[in-house]
Amino acid sequence: MERKKALNIAVCVKHIPDPNLPGELDGQRLKRAGVQGVLDPGDEFGVEAGLQLKEAHGGEVTLISMGPAVALEAVRRGLSMGADKGVLVSDDALAGADALTTARVLAAAIAKAGPFDLVIAGVESTDGYTGTMPSSLAEFLGLPQLTFVKSLEGAEGSIRVNRQTVEGYHVVESPLPALISVTAGVNEPRYASFKGIMAAKKKPVEQWSLADLELSSDDVTVNQSVTNIGKAEERQAGEVVEDDGSGAARIADFLKEAKVI
Amino acid sequence: MPADLRLLDDDQRALVGLVREFCTGEVAGSVEDYERRGEDPAPLYAKLGELGLSGLPFPEEYGGGGQTYSSYLLAIEELAYHHLSFAIGVSVHTLCAFAVGEFGTDAQRKEVLSKLASGEWYGAYSLSESGSGSDAASLSTTAVRAGGSYLLNGGKLWCTRGNEADVVLLMARTGDAGAKGISAFLVAKGTAGFAGAKKEEKMGWRASPTWQLTLDDAEVPESRRLGEEGMGFRIAMASLDSGRLGIAACGIGLAQAALDATLDFTSEREQFGRPVNANQGVQFMLADMATEIEAGRRLYRHAAALRDAGEDYGMQAAQAKLFCTDVAMRITIDAVQLHGGYGYVTEYPAERFMRDAKGLQIVEGTNQIQRFVIGRRLTGP
Repeated sequence: MERKKALNIAVCVKHIPDPNLPGELDGQRLKRAGVQGVLDPGDEFGVEAGLQLKEAHGGEVTLISMGPAVALEAVRRGLSMGADKGVLVSDDALAGADALTTARVLAAAIAKAGPFDLVIAGVESTDGYTGTMPSSLAEFLGLPQLTFVKSLEGAEGSIRVNRQTVEGYHVVESPLPALISVTAGVNEPRYASFKGIMAAKKKPVEQWSLADLELSSDDVTVNQSVTNIGKAEERQAGEVVEDDGSGAARIADFLKEAKVI
Repeated sequence: MPADLRLLDDDQRALVGLVREFCTGEVAGSVEDYERRGEDPAPLYAKLGELGLSGLPFPEEYGGGGQTYSSYLLAIEELAYHHLSFAIGVSVHTLCAFAVGEFGTDAQRKEVLSKLASGEWYGAYSLSESGSGSDAASLSTTAVRAGGSYLLNGGKLWCTRGNEADVVLLMARTGDAGAKGISAFLVAKGTAGFAGAKKEEKMGWRASPTWQLTLDDAEVPESRRLGEEGMGFRIAMASLDSGRLGIAACGIGLAQAALDATLDFTSEREQFGRPVNANQGVQFMLADMATEIEAGRRLYRHAAALRDAGEDYGMQAAQAKLFCTDVAMRITIDAVQLHGGYGYVTEYPAERFMRDAKGLQIVEGTNQIQRFVIGRRLTGP
């Protein structure tokens, strides 16, 4: 088989409060300090996508994260899955950073750690859920962006993806370098093996401050603020249908209405 | 409440975390199905190997995890917490691999241990026969030299995963009556004349198949005899010393699962306008259960620490097996009691816990044999 060009891949990862625990508010923000944190489960799909491309093409996977020192745990988690190295940007001036600021800082870190053929991010974080970071990041990096990726294949100098839409999917192709954001269905993230966990402790992680990225606190001024937090509307009870023998037909009608079949 | 991880080191915490994640994601959801069908969870064993968890206490040069026995037992306790039958299979596998590592030649370690430690193969252990249980030295299966091989004839009983395992550590008589006439063999799956004759129908451990094995001129090459001729009984007993710690850890994992299920049930179940566990009589039972579990945990971990330090641990292993499995029995009986009627029906796991605990008091030396081992250590032979 022809040897493909190795891919240098960056995967954005985020350390978030464990989404399996009940979330608490700290003012208008999610409480983070002292809360058990994990690698965002959405980012595990990004790490897995990077690892699969690396296994198919050769190359290297670098994890890029921004967060307090404790976010190193999320980076280690990705390294134990098989990523090669990590970068964590930590700075007191970044406390409470919004999605735009995060994109700006990650862009600077990716530029410094790169060049990369491909940048991968999850579609949205499992804490803030803004879903705006990947697009902002692509703009800062001047890269084409392929969003909502539900499956992908790499090729020589390009990438081809199936992009999730409401009705189905689009097939989108782009030259590299590019940025993709992956959905939760794109793959099945692997478990970190025990050997992977042991090996991760020895993998290199760069820890950079804003100064290392030649950014100042003026560059990371937060413009976005949360003005109100309210309870989500409770889901309405579903329609209950007594099966009088026409149940199967009713289900089929329902699925047709939903354009599922 | 999960086991107290505070005094563990980072590697141990990471190990327990990985096992817990694997069990929560892959094991817990299928326990009832495998148990109801009485089916071996073969895909889980494969996955366990992929995760590097099937050879934890063996050297890395043979594909193992290079961990202490203490760390390995943390993993067994966690597996047993989620699915006892599965943990039993892993414990028996480790017992087989231990014997190869301890008594095997370099060639056997390279050929067999490396496959067992990496999870490519799974091992089983076969000592008991229809007429030879606690009095294991009276076994009657024979192994007779024939050229560069042995021909094995006879029948074996109570062999966990005997038909599923890739290799069975099997004791047979090569010499005179008594312990010194016994040798140990590594019998490969698929050996002509070697087969599982009957899968037992059991009270518990239903997803851990137990086999009667028959040997009808089963040919085993000399290179698969473990140790010298006549060493088989010693190998069998040393393996059991080690394996008993696995069973002790299984007992604690099972008991903890029963306690946790009982805590959940008694806090949700309301009678007379308040949770059942708001009654002091119930709280006292729960307090005793939690205390006994913790005492058992300390006992098996102490024995394991002695083993890791290279100290003699045979008596402590027997004490741990005896105490931890008796604790499992008492706690699971109380768990059923505190569930009331719900404890007696299969909709809740309490009745399975109780059925499963009973097996632990019987295997790898009944608890009467454990007392015999302990007593002999105290008073001399």
